[in-house]
Amino acid sequence: MSTLILLLATGLGLGGLYFLVASGLSLIYGLMGVLNFAHGSFLTLGAFVGLAAGNLVGAGTWGGLLLGLVVGALTGAAAATATELGLIRPLYDRHIEQVLVTVGLSLATVALFEGIWGPNPRNVTRPGWLASTTDVLGARVPNTAFLNVLAGAVVLGGIVAFLRYTRYGLIIRAGVENRAMVTALGIDVRRAFTLVFAVGGAAAGLGGVLATQSLNYVSPHMGASLLIFAFIVTVIGGMGSLTGAAVASVVVAVLQQLANFYLNNTGDLIVVLLLALVLLVRPSGLLGRPA
Amino acid sequence: MNRTRTLLGALGTLVLLACLPLLALPVPGVLPGYTYEPGSLQLLALCWLTAALALSYHLLFGLAGLMSFGHALYFAAGTYGLAIVLDRTDVPLLPAAALVLVGGIALAFVVGAVSLRVTGISFAMVTLAFAQAGNVLVRRDQGDLTGGEEGLALATAGVPDALVGVVNTRNLYWLALAVLVLVYLVVLWIERSRAGHMAAAVRENEVRVRIIGGRPYLTKLVVFVLAASLATVVGMAYLLLQSGASPATSTADFTLTLLVMVVLGGVGSRWGAVVGAVLYTVLDQRLAELAHSDAVAGLPAVLRIPLSEPMFLLGTCFILVVIFLPGGLAGAAERLAARRRPVPEGAAA
Amino acid sequence: MSGPNVLEVRGLSARIAGQEVVHDVSFEVPAAGVTAVLGRNGVGKTSTLRAVLGLVERSGEVLLDGVRVDGERTDRIVRRGVGYVPEDREVFAGLTVAENLRLAHRAGPGGTTAEHRALVDALFPDLATRAAQRAGTLSGGQQQMVSLARALLNDNRILLVDEPTKGLAPRIVGEVAEALAAAARTVPILLVEQNLQVVERLADRVVVIDAGRVVHTGPARDLLDDADLLQRLLGVHAETEAAR
Repeated sequence: MSTLILLLATGLGLGGLYFLVASGLSLIYGLMGVLNFAHGSFLTLGAFVGLAAGNLVGAGTWGGLLLGLVVGALTGAAAATATELGLIRPLYDRHIEQVLVTVGLSLATVALFEGIWGPNPRNVTRPGWLASTTDVLGARVPNTAFLNVLAGAVVLGGIVAFLRYTRYGLIIRAGVENRAMVTALGIDVRRAFTLVFAVGGAAAGLGGVLATQSLNYVSPHMGASLLIFAFIVTVIGGMGSLTGAAVASVVVAVLQQLANFYLNNTGDLIVVLLLALVLLVRPSGLLGRPA
Repeated sequence: MNRTRTLLGALGTLVLLACLPLLALPVPGVLPGYTYEPGSLQLLALCWLTAALALSYHLLFGLAGLMSFGHALYFAAGTYGLAIVLDRTDVPLLPAAALVLVGGIALAFVVGAVSLRVTGISFAMVTLAFAQAGNVLVRRDQGDLTGGEEGLALATAGVPDALVGVVNTRNLYWLALAVLVLVYLVVLWIERSRAGHMAAAVRENEVRVRIIGGRPYLTKLVVFVLAASLATVVGMAYLLLQSGASPATSTADFTLTLLVMVVLGGVGSRWGAVVGAVLYTVLDQRLAELAHSDAVAGLPAVLRIPLSEPMFLLGTCFILVVIFLPGGLAGAAERLAARRRPVPEGAAA
Repeated sequence: MSGPNVLEVRGLSARIAGQEVVHDVSFEVPAAGVTAVLGRNGVGKTSTLRAVLGLVERSGEVLLDGVRVDGERTDRIVRRGVGYVPEDREVFAGLTVAENLRLAHRAGPGGTTAEHRALVDALFPDLATRAAQRAGTLSGGQQQMVSLARALLNDNRILLVDEPTKGLAPRIVGEVAEALAAAARTVPILLVEQNLQVVERLADRVVVIDAGRVVHTGPARDLLDDADLLQRLLGVHAETEAAR
């Protein structure tokens, strides 16, 4: 019983991380039709810069972590905004080229990160509480899981509120449905593009710093490995559906944890099988609109 | 007339390439030594195999418009498949290769059948996920089968002696060149076949193909399986050339580099894929040497760090090509030729 | 050059997926009344409207109040005062009625005014009661009201209205025509319409398109009264059409 609780809790925590990456991917794809391969780099950059900022206050302190999270999110947002303005916008509506550019950017930036920070993972210093566990019904749940769930929930709530209650949120929701009609109402939808990139980048940057706390290291490759699962989550949830991404994040992560424990470390493979199954039954994903 | 000349030119080039191991030509800046030296031949053979692999990717992306992010899976199926069969059984090379090819085709059929249920970007992601599963399996080293992160060395017992060892590099060179020619001819044949025309039509407008009674799904599946089997063949040759299988060739990044080559050369162009692959391979090698040169080591960090990362330079080049050079090198060459050639007045009429 | 015309189209061509669907179309829309674009199904009427707005690849000249706008983005053209009511309504199904309307609000000159709001409220009282309902759950007629209201909210120079009565019940067709007649008193309308009764009721002038080219322009009356011309240009018998 306690094992199951532990697996569910760590699964939820991992799901929170997946969602931080997948939410941006899903929003960007939903509005712009762009699959952003550079999203992992926003995460990695956010992690490195956020940690560096936190270390100025003090490695392993709550103040440092808090500053790191803020700086990580801002860094991710800035990198994403620059990417949209500099590389995506000049290729307006040429989706294949836009994807290619993000592919090039991801290859180039990971190499650059390796050059700057070295290719190997580096350990991080965490606040004491985050490095320990809490007893939940007999299960010793790592405290990072709580932090990740909290962050995922806050970001989900924040994005939902943003989409529901602001004018730009309205434009984004309408644009996901029918972008051409939004422009035919006299709205410059490109500003919304920059905005979703910024929001997605911020979530990824935040996710980057959080991931370092769970993994207990920071590495130039952490973005790429999380990105692949975020891709899977996005497809399973239905491309462009935020709630779909949230549900799929949790399902995928929990399933992964369960399979890793009960089925001989096969979590990654089970997830791919789940993806194949979902596509066979519902090609548009769990909550996606039928194509 | 023109066609005969092209054919003769191609044959001439081929003969020259085939004779390289017998010649002592220095190609400074590109090859590490004279053309007959094993180091040079090894690099050239790697170029030919990469070009063959890029051609198989061209079949997917250039011809059928299928942006797969999982092509590495079938290449790795070739390298690892053959390495495992040779390692674990006494089956000699050729039957083993045939066995692995059948396996690769079966794998491509299953994965393709599922992935092609979705289109566009979803297709890209799903192929990526399957390839990732392959990568996980390879790295996990279940039952000591794949050697994990270390990779798997070629077990030479079943391999003819002529294909083993540095002294026989030129045989491997010829093998690589033969694989390239074979793949090129197969790709050419597919493109000119009914299935090829249908695939091109599906790329342009799937709905129209369905209206005129075509079957886009089946067409795409056929192209997918053909491209994957070519990749498996190239993978097996790669195993022999490199005397081992490495997990790096099963990663998503490996597929991405194929995409980079094809786009650099020019999407939709066979020669573009070949030139892009060769250029990429040579640049990758040369830039890595540049990275470790004294000239770079003496530079300030702002310059030294970017210059010592070949992938950073290649990635940046790639972005610039996508933005500023639509159609890649092939497109640029075409525009250049069109500019130089005076407009043949009345020639078209 | 602009004269009394609010919209002038000169040598307009449109391409969809690389294929030219509108060839060298020219016509004018006077600053008042309804100009109807007629033609059989699939001759390029919708593409012509979309080309004017820059929603499809196009070449040729489009002048709004004598100013070239064909180089501009769709949203800029719309903000210059072009209201668009697309074929098949294109309401945002997941958004509420109120959100659909809120999205159409424009600030500044040529934007939303109190009078325009009042006009919309007067024409479509239903929309106020259904403000919180998702547009996707509305009937076709109600969706058309939303789509019209989005265009009528702003102080536009011209409205482009594409097949507003398509697929609607006869009673609703009358209501939509009523609303368009009321709107036409305040803003010129370029109307694509298949229902000749509606054309007869609303249109002052007609532009007939066939196979992507303009084949006839003139007063609406002249065309509608000429059974032979109707048969030749549109392939309809005036009697049967009028009897509908």
